[in-house]
Amino acid sequence: MNALRDPQLLWLLSGILVLLVISSIITSVLVGRPGPDGPSPTIANLAARVRAWWMMVIVFSLALVTGGVGSVVLFALMSFMALREFITLTPSRPADHLALFAAFFMVLPFQYVLTGIQWYGFFAVFVPVYAFVAIAIFAVVGGDAAHYLERTAKIQWGLMVCVYFLSHVPALLMIEIPGYAGQNAKLLLFVVLVGQSSDVLQYVWGKLLGRHKVAPVLSPSKTWEGLIGGVLSASALGAALWWATPFTWWAAGLFALLITVMGFFGGLVMSAIKRDRGVKDYGSMIEGHGGMMDRIDSLCFSAPVFFHLLRYFYVP
Amino acid sequence: MPIQFHISNSRGILASFLRNLCGVRPLPLAALPASGPCIFYANHSSHLDFAVLWAALPEAWRERTRPVAGRDYWEKTAVHRGIAYGIFRAVLIERKHVTVACNPITAMCAALDAGDSLIVFPEGTRGDGLSVGAFKPGIHHLARSRPSVKLVPVFLENLNRIMPKGTALPVPLIATAAIGAPLAAVDGETKEAFLARARAALVALHTP
Repeated sequence: MNALRDPQLLWLLSGILVLLVISSIITSVLVGRPGPDGPSPTIANLAARVRAWWMMVIVFSLALVTGGVGSVVLFALMSFMALREFITLTPSRPADHLALFAAFFMVLPFQYVLTGIQWYGFFAVFVPVYAFVAIAIFAVVGGDAAHYLERTAKIQWGLMVCVYFLSHVPALLMIEIPGYAGQNAKLLLFVVLVGQSSDVLQYVWGKLLGRHKVAPVLSPSKTWEGLIGGVLSASALGAALWWATPFTWWAAGLFALLITVMGFFGGLVMSAIKRDRGVKDYGSMIEGHGGMMDRIDSLCFSAPVFFHLLRYFYVP
Repeated sequence: MPIQFHISNSRGILASFLRNLCGVRPLPLAALPASGPCIFYANHSSHLDFAVLWAALPEAWRERTRPVAGRDYWEKTAVHRGIAYGIFRAVLIERKHVTVACNPITAMCAALDAGDSLIVFPEGTRGDGLSVGAFKPGIHHLARSRPSVKLVPVFLENLNRIMPKGTALPVPLIATAAIGAPLAAVDGETKEAFLARARAALVALHTP
Protein backbone atom coordinates (compact mmCIF):
# COMPACT_ATOMS: atom_id res chain seq x y z
CA MET A 1 0.00 0.00 0.00
CA ASN A 2 3.04 2.26 -0.40
CA ALA A 3 1.28 3.87 -3.31
CA LEU A 4 -1.23 5.45 -0.93
CA ARG A 5 1.62 7.35 0.74
CA ASP A 6 2.56 8.98 -2.56
CA PRO A 7 0.76 12.36 -2.54
CA GLN A 8 1.30 12.88 -6.27
CA LEU A 9 -0.48 9.62 -7.06
CA LEU A 10 -3.36 10.64 -4.81
CA TRP A 11 -3.54 14.01 -6.61
CA LEU A 12 -3.73 12.23 -9.98
CA LEU A 13 -6.45 9.85 -8.79
CA SER A 14 -8.39 12.74 -7.24
CA GLY A 15 -8.11 14.65 -10.50
CA ILE A 16 -9.60 11.68 -12.40
CA LEU A 17 -12.38 11.48 -9.80
CA VAL A 18 -13.22 15.17 -10.36
CA LEU A 19 -13.26 14.63 -14.15
CA LEU A 20 -15.61 11.67 -13.75
CA VAL A 21 -17.97 13.62 -11.49
CA ILE A 22 -18.05 16.50 -14.01
CA SER A 23 -18.67 14.05 -16.92
CA SER A 24 -21.49 12.39 -14.99
CA ILE A 25 -23.11 15.77 -14.25
CA ILE A 26 -22.82 16.89 -17.89
CA THR A 27 -24.24 13.63 -19.27
CA SER A 28 -27.12 13.57 -16.77
CA VAL A 29 -28.00 17.15 -17.81
CA LEU A 30 -27.84 16.13 -21.51
CA VAL A 31 -29.95 13.00 -20.87
CA GLY A 32 -32.52 15.14 -19.01
CA ARG A 33 -32.86 17.47 -22.01
CA PRO A 34 -33.90 15.43 -25.03
CA GLY A 35 -33.64 17.24 -28.37
CA PRO A 36 -36.54 17.91 -30.76
CA ASP A 37 -36.28 14.34 -32.13
CA GLY A 38 -36.38 12.76 -28.67
CA PRO A 39 -33.46 11.19 -26.80
CA SER A 40 -30.42 10.92 -29.05
CA PRO A 41 -28.56 7.62 -29.34
CA THR A 42 -25.24 9.50 -29.13
CA ILE A 43 -26.18 10.83 -25.68
CA ALA A 44 -27.36 7.38 -24.53
CA ASN A 45 -24.05 5.90 -25.69
CA LEU A 46 -22.17 8.72 -23.95
CA ALA A 47 -24.00 8.02 -20.67
CA ALA A 48 -23.23 4.29 -20.98
CA ARG A 49 -19.57 5.10 -21.62
CA VAL A 50 -19.35 7.36 -18.57
CA ARG A 51 -20.95 4.66 -16.39
CA ALA A 52 -18.43 2.12 -17.68
CA TRP A 53 -15.58 4.61 -17.06
CA TRP A 54 -16.55 4.75 -13.37
CA MET A 55 -16.21 0.99 -13.17
CA MET A 56 -12.92 0.92 -15.08
CA VAL A 57 -11.42 3.75 -13.00
CA ILE A 58 -12.41 2.06 -9.72
CA VAL A 59 -10.93 -1.29 -10.77
CA PHE A 60 -7.75 0.30 -12.14
CA SER A 61 -7.26 2.50 -9.05
CA LEU A 62 -7.65 -0.49 -6.73
CA ALA A 63 -5.07 -2.42 -8.77
CA LEU A 64 -2.73 0.55 -8.69
CA VAL A 65 -2.84 1.11 -4.93
CA THR A 66 -2.27 -2.58 -4.19
CA GLY A 67 1.08 -2.17 -5.93
CA GLY A 68 2.67 -4.76 -8.19
CA VAL A 69 0.48 -7.81 -7.64
CA GLY A 70 -2.84 -6.03 -8.25
CA SER A 71 -1.64 -4.44 -11.49
CA VAL A 72 -0.13 -7.66 -12.81
CA VAL A 73 -3.30 -9.65 -12.04
CA LEU A 74 -5.57 -6.97 -13.53
CA PHE A 75 -3.60 -6.78 -16.79
CA ALA A 76 -3.35 -10.59 -16.97
CA LEU A 77 -7.15 -10.74 -16.80
CA MET A 78 -7.45 -8.00 -19.42
CA SER A 79 -5.06 -9.93 -21.68
CA PHE A 80 -7.19 -13.04 -21.19
CA MET A 81 -10.40 -11.21 -22.18
CA ALA A 82 -8.71 -9.52 -25.15
CA LEU A 83 -7.10 -12.74 -26.40
CA ARG A 84 -10.37 -14.65 -26.19
CA GLU A 85 -12.11 -11.92 -28.18
CA PHE A 86 -9.30 -11.86 -30.74
CA ILE A 87 -9.15 -15.64 -31.23
CA THR A 88 -12.94 -15.98 -31.27
CA LEU A 89 -13.00 -13.54 -34.16
CA THR A 90 -10.27 -15.25 -36.20
CA PRO A 91 -11.15 -18.62 -37.73
CA SER A 92 -9.15 -21.59 -36.52
CA ARG A 93 -9.07 -25.27 -37.48
CA PRO A 94 -9.21 -28.33 -35.21
CA ALA A 95 -5.45 -28.84 -35.64
CA ASP A 96 -4.85 -25.52 -33.85
CA HIS A 97 -6.41 -26.74 -30.63
CA LEU A 98 -3.17 -27.56 -28.81
CA ALA A 99 -1.55 -24.28 -29.90
CA LEU A 100 -4.59 -22.34 -28.69
CA PHE A 101 -4.64 -24.17 -25.38
CA ALA A 102 -0.95 -23.33 -24.90
CA ALA A 103 -1.58 -19.69 -25.79
CA PHE A 104 -4.26 -19.27 -23.11
CA PHE A 105 -2.99 -21.48 -20.33
CA MET A 106 0.79 -21.52 -20.73
CA VAL A 107 2.06 -18.45 -22.59
CA LEU A 108 -0.32 -15.90 -21.06
CA PRO A 109 0.16 -16.84 -17.38
CA PHE A 110 3.91 -17.30 -17.80
CA GLN A 111 4.38 -13.88 -19.42
CA TYR A 112 2.64 -12.27 -16.42
CA VAL A 113 4.67 -14.34 -13.94
CA LEU A 114 7.79 -12.95 -15.62
CA THR A 115 6.28 -9.46 -15.39
CA GLY A 116 5.45 -10.02 -11.72
CA ILE A 117 8.91 -11.26 -10.72
CA GLN A 118 10.44 -8.48 -12.85
CA TRP A 119 12.84 -10.71 -14.80
CA TYR A 120 13.37 -8.23 -17.62
CA GLY A 121 15.61 -10.33 -19.88
CA PHE A 122 13.20 -13.25 -20.09
CA PHE A 123 10.12 -11.01 -20.11
CA ALA A 124 11.41 -9.22 -23.20
CA VAL A 125 12.09 -12.35 -25.27
CA PHE A 126 9.64 -14.98 -24.01
CA VAL A 127 6.74 -14.28 -26.40
CA PRO A 128 8.68 -13.16 -29.51
CA VAL A 129 11.13 -16.09 -29.29
CA TYR A 130 9.96 -19.04 -27.19
CA ALA A 131 6.20 -18.69 -27.60
CA PHE A 132 6.64 -17.92 -31.30
CA VAL A 133 8.45 -21.18 -32.00
CA ALA A 134 6.25 -23.16 -29.57
CA ILE A 135 3.06 -22.03 -31.33
CA ALA A 136 4.52 -22.85 -34.73
CA ILE A 137 5.49 -26.33 -33.47
CA PHE A 138 2.20 -27.04 -31.70
CA ALA A 139 0.28 -26.02 -34.82
CA VAL A 140 2.38 -28.19 -37.14
CA VAL A 141 2.04 -31.24 -34.86
CA GLY A 142 -1.69 -31.23 -35.74
CA GLY A 143 -0.65 -32.35 -39.23
CA ASP A 144 -2.95 -29.95 -41.12
CA ALA A 145 -1.25 -27.90 -43.86
CA ALA A 146 -4.33 -25.96 -44.96
CA HIS A 147 -3.81 -22.22 -44.33
CA TYR A 148 -0.93 -23.11 -42.00
CA LEU A 149 0.82 -19.75 -42.24
CA GLU A 150 -2.40 -17.77 -41.75
CA ARG A 151 -3.49 -19.88 -38.79
CA THR A 152 -0.20 -19.69 -36.90
CA ALA A 153 0.24 -16.01 -37.77
CA LYS A 154 -3.16 -15.24 -36.24
CA ILE A 155 -2.32 -16.96 -32.97
CA GLN A 156 1.12 -15.33 -32.86
CA TRP A 157 -0.40 -11.92 -33.58
CA GLY A 158 -3.00 -12.47 -30.88
CA LEU A 159 -0.29 -13.30 -28.36
CA MET A 160 1.89 -10.35 -29.38
CA VAL A 161 -0.89 -7.76 -29.25
CA CYS A 162 -3.13 -9.03 -26.47
CA VAL A 163 -0.51 -10.52 -24.15
CA TYR A 164 3.03 -9.32 -24.91
CA PHE A 165 2.25 -5.70 -25.73
CA LEU A 166 -0.30 -5.28 -22.95
CA SER A 167 2.06 -6.80 -20.37
CA HIS A 168 4.33 -3.78 -20.97
CA VAL A 169 1.90 -1.66 -18.93
CA PRO A 170 2.47 -3.45 -15.58
CA ALA A 171 6.09 -4.01 -16.67
CA LEU A 172 6.57 -0.25 -16.23
CA LEU A 173 6.82 -1.10 -12.53
CA MET A 174 10.18 -2.83 -13.11
CA ILE A 175 11.97 0.11 -14.75
CA GLU A 176 14.58 1.52 -12.37
CA ILE A 177 14.91 5.26 -12.90
CA PRO A 178 17.40 6.99 -10.60
CA GLY A 179 15.61 9.22 -8.09
CA TYR A 180 12.21 7.76 -8.95
CA ALA A 181 12.34 4.47 -6.99
CA GLY A 182 9.00 3.26 -5.64
CA GLN A 183 7.05 5.81 -7.71
CA ASN A 184 6.57 3.80 -10.94
CA ALA A 185 2.83 3.39 -10.36
CA LYS A 186 2.54 6.96 -11.65
CA LEU A 187 4.18 5.95 -14.96
CA LEU A 188 1.52 3.28 -15.32
CA LEU A 189 -1.15 5.85 -14.61
CA PHE A 190 0.53 8.30 -17.04
CA VAL A 191 0.45 5.95 -20.05
CA VAL A 192 -3.11 4.78 -19.32
CA LEU A 193 -4.45 8.26 -18.51
CA VAL A 194 -2.88 9.96 -21.54
CA GLY A 195 -3.84 7.11 -23.89
CA GLN A 196 -7.42 6.82 -22.71
CA SER A 197 -7.88 10.63 -22.59
CA SER A 198 -6.65 10.75 -26.14
CA ASP A 199 -9.34 8.23 -27.15
CA VAL A 200 -12.02 10.21 -25.29
CA LEU A 201 -10.82 13.58 -26.59
CA GLN A 202 -10.61 12.29 -30.19
CA TYR A 203 -14.21 11.12 -29.77
CA VAL A 204 -15.31 14.47 -28.28
CA TRP A 205 -13.48 16.65 -30.86
CA GLY A 206 -14.77 14.35 -33.61
CA LYS A 207 -18.37 14.67 -32.42
CA LEU A 208 -18.06 18.45 -32.07
CA LEU A 209 -16.11 19.43 -35.21
CA GLY A 210 -15.59 16.23 -37.21
CA ARG A 211 -16.04 16.77 -40.96
CA HIS A 212 -13.25 15.05 -42.89
CA LYS A 213 -12.82 11.32 -42.50
CA VAL A 214 -9.25 10.23 -41.92
CA ALA A 215 -9.70 6.54 -42.80
CA PRO A 216 -13.17 6.04 -44.33
CA VAL A 217 -12.62 2.36 -45.07
CA LEU A 218 -10.90 1.27 -41.86
CA SER A 219 -12.66 3.34 -39.25
CA PRO A 220 -15.52 5.55 -40.51
CA SER A 221 -15.94 7.35 -37.19
CA LYS A 222 -12.40 8.77 -37.10
CA THR A 223 -12.01 12.30 -38.48
CA TRP A 224 -9.05 14.61 -39.03
CA GLU A 225 -10.60 17.18 -36.68
CA GLY A 226 -11.02 14.53 -33.97
CA LEU A 227 -7.53 13.17 -34.52
CA ILE A 228 -5.71 16.52 -34.43
CA GLY A 229 -7.82 17.93 -31.59
CA GLY A 230 -7.52 14.74 -29.54
CA VAL A 231 -3.80 14.25 -30.08
CA LEU A 232 -2.95 17.89 -29.30
CA SER A 233 -5.17 18.16 -26.23
CA ALA A 234 -4.07 14.79 -24.80
CA SER A 235 -0.42 15.72 -25.40
CA ALA A 236 -1.03 19.02 -23.60
CA LEU A 237 -2.57 17.03 -20.75
CA GLY A 238 0.53 14.80 -20.66
CA ALA A 239 2.82 17.85 -20.55
CA ALA A 240 0.71 19.31 -17.74
CA LEU A 241 1.28 16.14 -15.71
CA TRP A 242 5.11 16.45 -15.84
CA TRP A 243 5.27 16.98 -12.05
CA ALA A 244 4.20 13.41 -11.42
CA THR A 245 6.75 11.92 -13.83
CA PRO A 246 10.56 11.78 -13.99
CA PHE A 247 10.36 13.98 -17.13
CA THR A 248 10.71 17.70 -17.81
CA TRP A 249 7.50 19.32 -19.07
CA TRP A 250 8.53 19.16 -22.73
CA ALA A 251 9.71 15.54 -22.44
CA ALA A 252 6.39 14.64 -20.80
CA GLY A 253 4.63 16.35 -23.72
CA LEU A 254 6.72 14.44 -26.27
CA PHE A 255 6.07 11.12 -24.52
CA ALA A 256 2.36 11.98 -24.44
CA LEU A 257 2.46 12.79 -28.17
CA LEU A 258 4.13 9.42 -28.79
CA ILE A 259 1.48 7.63 -26.69
CA THR A 260 -1.41 9.34 -28.48
CA VAL A 261 -0.03 8.84 -31.99
CA MET A 262 0.84 5.17 -31.35
CA GLY A 263 -2.58 4.76 -29.71
CA PHE A 264 -4.30 6.20 -32.78
CA PHE A 265 -2.53 3.75 -35.06
CA GLY A 266 -3.20 0.89 -32.62
CA GLY A 267 -6.91 1.67 -32.87
CA LEU A 268 -6.65 1.84 -36.66
CA VAL A 269 -4.81 -1.50 -36.92
CA MET A 270 -7.23 -3.34 -34.66
CA SER A 271 -10.07 -1.70 -36.57
CA ALA A 272 -8.68 -3.02 -39.88
CA ILE A 273 -8.80 -6.55 -38.40
CA LYS A 274 -12.42 -6.01 -37.30
CA ARG A 275 -13.46 -4.71 -40.74
CA ASP A 276 -11.77 -7.67 -42.40
CA ARG A 277 -13.82 -10.00 -40.20
CA GLY A 278 -16.99 -7.96 -40.83
CA VAL A 279 -17.72 -6.87 -37.26
CA LYS A 280 -18.00 -3.48 -35.57
CA ASP A 281 -16.78 -4.42 -32.08
CA TYR A 282 -14.62 -7.21 -30.67
CA GLY A 283 -17.21 -7.98 -28.02
CA SER A 284 -19.86 -6.52 -25.75
CA MET A 285 -18.46 -6.84 -22.24
CA ILE A 286 -18.06 -3.10 -21.52
CA GLU A 287 -21.32 -1.18 -21.88
CA GLY A 288 -21.11 1.49 -24.60
CA HIS A 289 -17.48 0.64 -25.43
CA GLY A 290 -17.75 -2.78 -27.09
CA GLY A 291 -15.33 -5.47 -25.97
CA MET A 292 -12.10 -5.41 -23.99
CA MET A 293 -10.07 -5.26 -27.21
CA ASP A 294 -12.01 -2.17 -28.37
CA ARG A 295 -11.04 -0.34 -25.17
CA ILE A 296 -7.35 -1.31 -25.03
CA ASP A 297 -6.36 -1.34 -28.71
CA SER A 298 -4.59 2.02 -28.32
CA LEU A 299 -2.81 0.92 -25.15
CA CYS A 300 -1.49 -2.24 -26.83
CA PHE A 301 0.47 -0.17 -29.33
CA SER A 302 1.53 2.72 -27.12
CA ALA A 303 2.66 0.82 -24.01
CA PRO A 304 5.57 -1.21 -25.48
CA VAL A 305 7.01 1.76 -27.40
CA PHE A 306 6.68 4.01 -24.34
CA PHE A 307 8.28 1.29 -22.19
CA HIS A 308 11.33 0.83 -24.39
CA LEU A 309 11.96 4.52 -25.12
CA LEU A 310 11.63 5.22 -21.40
CA ARG A 311 14.14 2.48 -20.67
CA TYR A 312 16.51 3.74 -23.36
CA PHE A 313 16.50 7.40 -22.27
CA TYR A 314 16.02 7.20 -18.51
CA VAL A 315 17.76 4.05 -17.29
CA PRO A 316 21.54 4.56 -17.06
CA MET B 1 -33.32 -28.85 3.97
CA PRO B 2 -29.71 -27.68 4.29
CA ILE B 3 -28.35 -30.40 2.01
CA GLN B 4 -30.66 -29.59 -0.86
CA PHE B 5 -29.78 -25.92 -0.56
CA HIS B 6 -26.14 -26.89 -0.75
CA ILE B 7 -26.65 -28.95 -3.91
CA SER B 8 -28.64 -26.32 -5.77
CA ASN B 9 -26.13 -23.67 -4.70
CA SER B 10 -23.19 -25.67 -6.04
CA ARG B 11 -25.12 -26.24 -9.27
CA GLY B 12 -25.47 -22.46 -9.52
CA ILE B 13 -21.72 -22.05 -9.04
CA LEU B 14 -21.05 -24.71 -11.69
CA ALA B 15 -23.40 -22.95 -14.11
CA SER B 16 -21.63 -19.66 -13.51
CA PHE B 17 -18.22 -21.33 -14.02
CA LEU B 18 -19.39 -22.89 -17.30
CA ARG B 19 -20.76 -19.55 -18.54
CA ASN B 20 -17.47 -17.82 -17.75
CA LEU B 21 -15.31 -20.56 -19.26
CA CYS B 22 -17.27 -20.45 -22.50
CA GLY B 23 -18.07 -16.71 -22.43
CA VAL B 24 -21.74 -17.49 -23.01
CA ARG B 25 -24.37 -14.97 -21.95
CA PRO B 26 -27.32 -16.14 -19.84
CA LEU B 27 -30.52 -16.48 -21.86
CA PRO B 28 -33.01 -13.81 -20.74
CA LEU B 29 -36.18 -15.15 -19.16
CA ALA B 30 -38.23 -13.25 -21.76
CA ALA B 31 -36.64 -15.27 -24.59
CA LEU B 32 -38.10 -18.51 -23.22
CA PRO B 33 -41.71 -19.72 -23.44
CA ALA B 34 -44.00 -18.40 -20.70
CA SER B 35 -44.33 -21.83 -19.14
CA GLY B 36 -42.71 -25.27 -19.31
CA PRO B 37 -42.04 -27.99 -19.78
CA CYS B 38 -40.51 -27.79 -23.22
CA ILE B 39 -37.95 -29.63 -25.32
CA PHE B 40 -34.81 -27.63 -26.08
CA TYR B 41 -33.09 -29.04 -29.13
CA ALA B 42 -29.64 -27.95 -30.26
CA ASN B 43 -26.80 -28.69 -32.66
CA HIS B 44 -24.12 -30.99 -31.27
CA SER B 45 -20.35 -30.68 -31.68
CA SER B 46 -18.87 -30.89 -28.18
CA HIS B 47 -19.22 -32.60 -24.83
CA LEU B 48 -19.78 -29.13 -23.44
CA ASP B 49 -22.96 -28.55 -25.49
CA PHE B 50 -25.50 -29.86 -23.00
CA ALA B 51 -23.66 -28.33 -20.03
CA VAL B 52 -23.42 -24.88 -21.64
CA LEU B 53 -27.06 -24.87 -22.76
CA TRP B 54 -28.03 -25.93 -19.23
CA ALA B 55 -25.80 -23.21 -17.71
CA ALA B 56 -27.23 -20.52 -20.00
CA LEU B 57 -30.83 -21.17 -18.90
CA PRO B 58 -32.35 -18.90 -16.22
CA GLU B 59 -32.07 -20.56 -12.80
CA ALA B 60 -35.74 -21.50 -12.43
CA TRP B 61 -35.61 -23.25 -15.82
CA ARG B 62 -32.21 -24.81 -15.16
CA GLU B 63 -33.46 -26.55 -12.02
CA ARG B 64 -36.26 -28.17 -14.04
CA THR B 65 -34.31 -29.09 -17.19
CA ARG B 66 -32.67 -32.46 -17.79
CA PRO B 67 -30.27 -33.25 -20.63
CA VAL B 68 -30.88 -36.42 -22.63
CA ALA B 69 -27.70 -38.42 -23.32
CA GLY B 70 -26.48 -41.82 -24.47
CA ARG B 71 -26.40 -44.48 -21.77
CA ASP B 72 -23.50 -46.30 -23.47
CA TYR B 73 -21.22 -43.29 -22.95
CA TRP B 74 -22.41 -41.87 -19.63
CA GLU B 75 -22.53 -45.12 -17.70
CA LYS B 76 -18.94 -46.07 -18.53
CA THR B 77 -17.32 -45.16 -15.21
CA ALA B 78 -18.33 -43.93 -11.76
CA VAL B 79 -17.14 -40.42 -12.74
CA HIS B 80 -19.33 -40.42 -15.86
CA ARG B 81 -22.32 -41.67 -13.86
CA GLY B 82 -21.67 -39.08 -11.13
CA ILE B 83 -21.67 -36.24 -13.66
CA ALA B 84 -24.71 -37.53 -15.53
CA TYR B 85 -26.96 -38.45 -12.61
CA GLY B 86 -25.55 -36.50 -9.68
CA ILE B 87 -24.97 -33.11 -11.26
CA PHE B 88 -27.13 -32.82 -14.37
CA ARG B 89 -29.94 -35.29 -13.52
CA ALA B 90 -29.55 -36.57 -17.08
CA VAL B 91 -32.11 -38.81 -18.75
CA LEU B 92 -29.86 -41.56 -20.09
CA ILE B 93 -31.22 -43.43 -23.08
CA GLU B 94 -30.30 -46.58 -24.96
CA ARG B 95 -28.91 -45.73 -28.37
CA LYS B 96 -27.86 -49.10 -29.78
CA HIS B 97 -30.09 -51.97 -28.69
CA VAL B 98 -33.49 -50.38 -28.33
CA THR B 99 -36.22 -52.74 -27.06
CA VAL B 100 -39.71 -52.13 -25.71
CA ALA B 101 -38.33 -52.31 -22.17
CA CYS B 102 -35.78 -49.57 -22.74
CA ASN B 103 -37.57 -47.38 -25.28
CA PRO B 104 -35.92 -43.93 -25.13
CA ILE B 105 -39.22 -42.18 -25.91
CA THR B 106 -40.81 -43.70 -22.80
CA ALA B 107 -38.04 -42.37 -20.56
CA MET B 108 -38.19 -38.89 -22.10
CA CYS B 109 -41.98 -38.73 -21.88
CA ALA B 110 -41.81 -39.75 -18.22
CA ALA B 111 -39.52 -36.77 -17.51
CA LEU B 112 -41.81 -34.39 -19.43
CA ASP B 113 -44.88 -35.75 -17.61
CA ALA B 114 -43.11 -35.06 -14.31
CA GLY B 115 -42.86 -31.40 -15.36
CA ASP B 116 -39.20 -31.37 -16.37
CA SER B 117 -37.92 -29.88 -19.63
CA LEU B 118 -35.42 -31.76 -21.80
CA ILE B 119 -32.27 -30.90 -23.73
CA VAL B 120 -31.92 -33.10 -26.81
CA PHE B 121 -29.48 -33.27 -29.71
CA PRO B 122 -31.47 -34.57 -32.69
CA GLU B 123 -28.33 -35.21 -34.76
CA GLY B 124 -27.77 -38.14 -32.41
CA THR B 125 -24.02 -37.69 -32.19
CA ARG B 126 -21.40 -34.96 -32.18
CA GLY B 127 -20.58 -33.47 -35.57
CA ASP B 128 -17.55 -31.45 -36.69
CA GLY B 129 -19.30 -28.18 -35.83
CA LEU B 130 -19.03 -26.88 -39.40
CA SER B 131 -22.53 -27.93 -40.43
CA VAL B 132 -25.64 -29.29 -38.75
CA GLY B 133 -26.20 -32.95 -39.64
CA ALA B 134 -29.48 -34.60 -40.59
CA PHE B 135 -31.89 -35.14 -37.68
CA LYS B 136 -32.59 -38.66 -36.41
CA PRO B 137 -36.31 -39.55 -36.27
CA GLY B 138 -36.37 -39.70 -32.43
CA ILE B 139 -37.40 -36.05 -32.05
CA HIS B 140 -40.37 -36.68 -34.35
CA HIS B 141 -41.57 -39.59 -32.21
CA LEU B 142 -41.10 -37.50 -29.09
CA ALA B 143 -43.01 -34.53 -30.54
CA ARG B 144 -45.87 -36.78 -31.64
CA SER B 145 -46.03 -38.49 -28.24
CA ARG B 146 -46.39 -35.14 -26.42
CA PRO B 147 -47.91 -32.71 -28.96
CA SER B 148 -48.61 -30.06 -26.30
CA VAL B 149 -44.94 -29.71 -25.30
CA LYS B 150 -43.17 -26.87 -27.11
CA LEU B 151 -40.06 -27.60 -29.19
CA VAL B 152 -37.54 -24.78 -28.80
CA PRO B 153 -34.44 -24.58 -31.06
CA VAL B 154 -31.15 -23.34 -29.52
CA PHE B 155 -28.16 -22.79 -31.80
CA LEU B 156 -24.83 -23.26 -30.04
CA GLU B 157 -21.88 -21.58 -31.69
CA ASN B 158 -18.12 -21.99 -31.21
CA LEU B 159 -18.31 -24.91 -28.79
CA ASN B 160 -16.68 -27.09 -31.43
CA ARG B 161 -13.70 -24.71 -31.15
CA ILE B 162 -13.79 -24.61 -27.34
CA MET B 163 -13.75 -28.38 -26.84
CA PRO B 164 -13.98 -30.32 -30.11
CA LYS B 165 -14.41 -34.03 -30.50
CA GLY B 166 -11.37 -35.98 -29.38
CA THR B 167 -9.93 -33.58 -26.80
CA ALA B 168 -10.51 -32.84 -23.13
CA LEU B 169 -8.57 -29.55 -23.17
CA PRO B 170 -10.87 -26.52 -23.33
CA VAL B 171 -9.85 -23.32 -25.14
CA PRO B 172 -11.79 -20.44 -23.54
CA LEU B 173 -13.26 -18.73 -26.61
CA ILE B 174 -16.60 -16.93 -26.60
CA ALA B 175 -19.54 -19.22 -27.30
CA THR B 176 -23.06 -18.08 -28.03
CA ALA B 177 -26.42 -19.73 -27.39
CA ALA B 178 -29.13 -18.30 -29.67
CA ILE B 179 -32.66 -19.30 -28.77
CA GLY B 180 -35.51 -19.29 -31.28
CA ALA B 181 -39.28 -19.24 -31.10
CA PRO B 182 -41.05 -22.56 -30.39
CA LEU B 183 -41.70 -24.63 -33.49
CA ALA B 184 -45.28 -24.14 -34.69
CA ALA B 185 -47.47 -27.24 -34.91
CA VAL B 186 -48.40 -28.31 -38.44
CA ASP B 187 -51.19 -30.85 -38.93
CA GLY B 188 -50.65 -33.91 -41.10
CA GLU B 189 -46.94 -33.26 -41.68
CA THR B 190 -44.80 -36.21 -42.77
CA LYS B 191 -41.87 -37.31 -40.62
CA GLU B 192 -39.37 -36.15 -43.25
CA ALA B 193 -41.02 -32.73 -43.58
CA PHE B 194 -41.09 -32.29 -39.80
CA LEU B 195 -37.43 -33.22 -39.40
CA ALA B 196 -36.41 -30.87 -42.22
CA ARG B 197 -38.49 -28.03 -40.76
CA ALA B 198 -37.08 -28.52 -37.24
CA ARG B 199 -33.54 -28.56 -38.63
CA ALA B 200 -34.17 -25.45 -40.75
CA ALA B 201 -35.49 -23.56 -37.69
CA LEU B 202 -32.27 -24.40 -35.85
CA VAL B 203 -29.95 -23.53 -38.73
CA ALA B 204 -31.80 -20.20 -39.21
CA LEU B 205 -30.56 -19.10 -35.77
CA HIS B 206 -26.97 -19.22 -37.00
CA THR B 207 -25.72 -15.71 -37.67
CA PRO B 208 -22.27 -15.87 -39.29
